[in-house]
Formats: sequence, structure tokens, C-alpha cells
Amino acid sequence: MKINKFFLGGAFILAAVVYLIASSTQASAEYFLTVDELKEEGASAVGKSLRLSGAVVGDTIQYDPSTLTLTFEIAHVSGDNKEIEAQGGLAEVLYQAVNDPTRQRVQVVYVGPKPDLLRSEAQAIMTGKLGEDGIFYAEELLLKCPTRYEEAVPEQASNN
Amino acid sequence: MFAEFGYGVLLVSLIVAIYSGISAVYGAKNKSAAMVESARRAMLLTFPLISIAAATLIYLLVNNHYEVAFVYEVTSRSMPTYLKVTAWWGGQAGSLVFWSWLLAVFTSAVTLRKWDRDIEFLPWVILVSAVTLTFFLGMSVFFENPFTRFWLVGGNVEPSMFAPANATVFTPQDGQGLNPLLRHPGMVIHPPMLYLGFVSYVIPYAFAMAALITGRTDDRWIRITRRWSLWAWLFLSFGLVLGGRWAYDVLGWGGYWGWDPVEIAAFMPWLTGTAFLHSVMIQEKRGLLKQWNMILVILTYALVIFGTFLTRSGVLSSVHAFANSPIGPFFMGFVSLTFITSIALVIWRWPQLQAETEMKSMLSREALFLLNNLLFMSILVVCFWGVIFPLISELFTGSKVTVGPPFYERATAPLFSSLLFLMAIAPLSAWGHSTLETLGKAIWKSAAAALVVTVVLYITYTQNIGALVGFFLVALVLFATLNEFWRGARARQKTQDENFFTSLTRLMGRNRRRYGGYIIHISMALMAIGILGIEIFQKETQGTLAAGEQLDISGYTIQYRELASWNDQGAGVNYTRAIVDVYENGVYLGQLNPRIDYYFDSQQNMTIPGQRSTLRDDLYILLVDWQPVSTIGATFKIYVNPLVNWLWIGSLLFLAGVIFAAWPDQDPAEESARRTVARDNRQTSAAD
Repeated sequence: MKINKFFLGGAFILAAVVYLIASSTQASAEYFLTVDELKEEGASAVGKSLRLSGAVVGDTIQYDPSTLTLTFEIAHVSGDNKEIEAQGGLAEVLYQAVNDPTRQRVQVVYVGPKPDLLRSEAQAIMTGKLGEDGIFYAEELLLKCPTRYEEAVPEQASNN
Repeated sequence: MFAEFGYGVLLVSLIVAIYSGISAVYGAKNKSAAMVESARRAMLLTFPLISIAAATLIYLLVNNHYEVAFVYEVTSRSMPTYLKVTAWWGGQAGSLVFWSWLLAVFTSAVTLRKWDRDIEFLPWVILVSAVTLTFFLGMSVFFENPFTRFWLVGGNVEPSMFAPANATVFTPQDGQGLNPLLRHPGMVIHPPMLYLGFVSYVIPYAFAMAALITGRTDDRWIRITRRWSLWAWLFLSFGLVLGGRWAYDVLGWGGYWGWDPVEIAAFMPWLTGTAFLHSVMIQEKRGLLKQWNMILVILTYALVIFGTFLTRSGVLSSVHAFANSPIGPFFMGFVSLTFITSIALVIWRWPQLQAETEMKSMLSREALFLLNNLLFMSILVVCFWGVIFPLISELFTGSKVTVGPPFYERATAPLFSSLLFLMAIAPLSAWGHSTLETLGKAIWKSAAAALVVTVVLYITYTQNIGALVGFFLVALVLFATLNEFWRGARARQKTQDENFFTSLTRLMGRNRRRYGGYIIHISMALMAIGILGIEIFQKETQGTLAAGEQLDISGYTIQYRELASWNDQGAGVNYTRAIVDVYENGVYLGQLNPRIDYYFDSQQNMTIPGQRSTLRDDLYILLVDWQPVSTIGATFKIYVNPLVNWLWIGSLLFLAGVIFAAWPDQDPAEESARRTVARDNRQTSAAD
């Protein structure tokens, strides 16, 4: 009897937690896509809550301070970590992505203060929605500059 | 020369640590006190050794030895000396050495204690520490060597510890330097605080393993390590708060916590640590939950190692992968190995870890503590699920699906609310047995007062249901806990013939852990006020203003006056500072100076908000952009963050509470007398 009482209580809590996790996952899950994957999805991706990542193309950054509207393009970067490693690390992959005109690109619009870390060859990770005009409207913009703590050989090397 | 020396000392430390572990086991197996003593001294020796290696590294950092790769990566000439010193933990290789050094400090401290009664624990405590230390030193020596230098070989620069054939040392002119975003006092002490917390948890874990191995599975290990786990918890909590404050000051979005995987990695050991802190009390008082406590301390240790790996290795910088660092597999291997071994030990000792009594009443203090543990574990599961969900979804559906902050907020909000509710009622319940009636009697006044507060808030402040529920719970915790202080002091005052404040201070001084805990509960309630405020009531606006133009938000008026921009060549920074006047309902409050600093060497902006902080709200102004020669002056983004100051006030009170609880008791005789009484109480199993 006593065991049953505690057992029932525990089962109730367990069920509640499972429900919380399941429903919250369902409510806030976002598909994580690369630029290529987004292009592949095409019109079917319009309006869905998405997470998109790519390399910021520096030349395309435009900022209108009167409306706080930031626009830029991102170039496709592989989402597979092993592939990134095989190609020489994230910094190298971002560099290649930006300087390769054949890569697919997506235009991004974001309204808000211009983030300090926004620069060419930064990795942008955004949540938002794809508009019918093919522009990605970002609600949240996260930027990662490849970590300095990775094996970094000085640039002077190539000049010597 | 210095680099070789530092590396050599690290290598010797590694050998000494290995020796220490082996001789400890050998001594314990062969009942050789001399071997155990030798192991103990070897362990003590690791502290000066690693200190020397660390000092060498700091010497290299401070003196611009850019031929050393680590120095090149984390410092630059324009950095002030104190930042060069703290760059020690600014990168992965250095922070691993920092970890080892802290562990050597703590292990030395613990092996210097009086071991008379617990001498059988000693070799195993040394063994666990030595294994952990060996792992971290091994990582430094073989994979993340902070003393690696650059060599010029046939026109190419290669990093290597020792000179390749026909190579000369290559010394870059200047280092890369620390990211300006990290040059903030909060960020300078945030990692060491987290690490102090992480490393301190090795000690309770080591004693737990010693208890399992020796079979001395009573609560002795818990009593010895009680203060350790409190300090560990203090540092870990402080580290988390500093991280939040840094984000609030520096990241410029008016937030403090973003449910980033790295943040969660540091938060998870805090969750198990907090659960552990509560559940050990049940073991001490009632002899229950012994198996559970073991599992908790093992989990905490595993999460600490895991957290060290995630927070510093940068593996999560690419968002959805766990293995792009060479040391990743070793960390995962080490965590799995220690975890499996520890759990095997628990299973082996399972029968000896049976509860001494049975849990009877659903509303007894121990049952409510158990519920508290379940809630903390549930939050842990939510966090863990969120972090690994992208991996799972990719495995099963082929597409990566991630969950962001809304997931965590939604899933944890009811759990945190339940914890607040428990915080209010658990201290009022009795050990052994409580009924709805006794609990109701104890809580009804506080509940009524909290209800009055909620109604007042409904009329004057907000009609948001979530916020009102939150405020009700906060008020309930505050009233119920303050009432405990009041009740205790009054009761003592009646018998002791003292005035109220003497009674209160003496009462608290004699029951440090209990009242320290209550202070912590109050601080949690205050922090909850801040979190409710910023999460639910944050307001924002933005606009481009010409000189003299105004912007209104939540009763504040912001008037742009002027802007100046100048270079500081020495520091390598360009400052652009705006001056804005702030009025509230027409009354002039003062000036704020939001700023943008541009760092030449890293070509990066740093946005420094202008903040005006009161208990009611924070006005938080960001300078977004400016046009020096146009009539349109500057663009601002403005946040009003209601009540957020309570988050920081709560944090400070929290620190005070933990220090109060962990502070050594003045009179050891009194302490031991009290322990005897506690033990007698338990034997007669009387309700507290």
C-alpha cells in the first residue's frame, strides 16, 4: 500500500515530465538547414520555423540605421562536422564558402542592432522564416567567429 | 628554453601523479602504511610541480613570447599585464593546466587533513584524485600542450614541441589577442569560478568512491565532504551568475541567459549538485536514500568532466556536433570509463546501501526532499534532452531538428514553479510524518499574505496570469521563510530571556546550515522576481534621433544631445560615445553614455550600453549606429527591463547565504556535541 502510494506519485511525475518534454519539443522544434538544403526544400519551406546556417558574405552587408534593418547574404557551408574537419577546419571552410562564387547563397533580413560579431566569414546561425520572396527573415541572429583557440598558424608564414 | 622547462615539469608532474595512484593502491592492498604515506607525499608534490609549470606559462604569457603557440593565440602586445596573466585560462591548452593545478591544490589540502578516524579512506581518495589528475595532465602533455612552439621549416611554419630537423624558432611580431568581448572583469573571473566549482566536486566524489571501495558506507563520507560540496556549489553558482552578468553587460541584447548548449553544460552539474545538497540531509537525518546519493555524486562528477570539455573545447561552436577536437574522444572515453566503474561499485555495494528506515508519509520532510530531487532531475533531463535532441533527430529521421530557448522555457517553467512551491512548504513539514492538517496550519498565514500581495499586484501592476502565479509563489516563499526566522527567534527569546535580535543571531549562528539554507531560499525568490520581470515585462523601442530629438518608453524620455569619437592609440581602441539625457515623467534624471568601442587589432566592435539601474527597472540604452556629418544623428535601441536588479541582488544574497552556511563553526566541541545529539535523535527516530 505504502509502496503503491509512492510509486503512483513517481509515475505521475514521470508522466508529467514526459508530457512537458514531448509537447515543448513539438511546439518549438526547428529544422536545422544549410543553404543547399533550404534551396532544395524550395517553396515547401516557406512559413515554417527554421534554423539556417551559413557563411556571411562581407561585401553584401548593408545596414539602414533609420529602420535598423540589416541585410546580407550567406553562402552555403556544409552542416557535417566531419566534412568541415576534412576541409581544414571551420575558419578555412568559411573562407572558401565566401570566396567561391558558385556556392548557393540566400539573402537574409534582420531587424535590430547590428551585432558586433557581424563580419565577413563569420558563421551565421539564424532562426526565422523563409518568405515567399525567397528572403530569409531572421528573428534571431547568432554569430560565431571560428574559435581562436584552434591550432592557428601565424599568417606571416605564407610571406616567408 | 622556458618552454622546454615548463613542458619537462609537466611531464614530471604526470609521472608523479601516476606513481601516487599506483602506490596508493599497492599500499592499500598490502596494508602498507609506508606505501600509502609515499602516495600521499607524491600527491602533495604535484602541487609545487604544477605551480612551477603554471608559473613558467604565465612568464611566457606576460613577456610576449609569441613563438609559443598558446601565447600567440591568447595574448597580444596591446593587452594589459593582468589580462595576459588571466589569459592562462583564456584558451583550451592553458585552462587544462589550470584545471590540473586547482585539482592539485584541493587534493593537497585534503590530504593534509587529520586522517586518524578515516585512514582507510586515504589511499582511495588519493587514487581517485590521482586518476583524474593523470587524465588532465596527460591531455596537456600529449594533446593540448601549452608549450608548443612555432618552427620555420623550409619556408613553412609548423607548431611543434621539439625542434624538427633543420628548423629555427619562428617568432611572430604580435599575438592574436583576446577577443574584446571577453575583456570584461566578469569574464575574467567567470571561468576560474566555474572551474573552482567543477574541481571541488572531485573531492566529494573521491570520498564517495573511497566509501564504496572500503565498504564503510555510513554517512561518514558525507560528513567529511559536506563543506567541500557547499563550497563547490558556491563557486559553481557564482560562476554561472557572473556569466549571466557578463552577458547582460556585454552582449547588448538585455538578456542574461540564452540556453546555449555551453551554458547548459555548466548548468547541469549545478542541478545535480543542488539535488545532492538536499538529499544528503535525508541520509544524515534519516538514513535514507544512500544509493541515490551515491548516484548523484557520480553523476555530478561525470557532468563536471563533461562540462569542462564542452565549455572550453569549442566543440559546440559548430552548433550540432560533439567531436571536432582531438581530445573529444578521450574526454568521452574518460567520462564513460569512470562512470561505468563508479556505477559498478554502487551495484556491488547495493545491499550495504539499504535505507535504515522506511519512508512513510507523503508529506514528511524526507518525502518532500525526495520530490525536490525528482524535480531537479527532471530539469536535468529537459536540459540533456535539449542538448542531444539534434543528434537523436538526425539519427532517427535523417534531418537535424533543434530546440531553442522556447523549448527550455516552456518545459522548465512548471518545474521551477513547483520547486518554488516546495521551497515554501518543505521547511515547514516535519521529519517522519506530516499531514495536510499540520502543514496547512503552518502555511495558511503565509498563503493568505501572499494572496493579498497577488491581488494588490493584479490591481496595480499586471493582469498577466503567468506573472501573477509567479509572484504568488515568490511571495509565499518569502513569507513562509521569514516566518521561520520569526518563529525560531521568538521561541528562543521566550526561553532564553534575550532580546529579539540576540535571539535571532544566536539561533542562526547555532544552526548555520539551516538558516544559511533559508537565506538561500529567500535569495532564490528574489532572483525569481528579476527573472519574471525581464522575461515577461521587458519593453523595447528604437529610433534614429537628431540632436535634441526625443524618444519615449515606459514613462522615460530619452533626449539625444551629442556624440564624440576619438582614438586611444595606446590601447588600440576607437571610442564613440553618445550623450543622452534621461527624463522620467518630465523630471530630469541624469545623463547616460552608451558607447561603441572599436578594437583595431581584432577589427571588432564592442557595444557598451548606457545603464540606469533602479529596484523598479533598468533603463538600458544601446548606441547602434551614428552618422557624424548628417542631420540625422544617431540610432539607439532602448530596453526597459523591469525588476531585473532583483536578480543581481538575489545573487549577492545567495552568496552570503552559502558562505554563512559553509563558514566553519567557531567551537568544534559544541559542533561535535551537536552531532552526537543528532545521532541519538536518529536512533530514537524522533521527529525533528
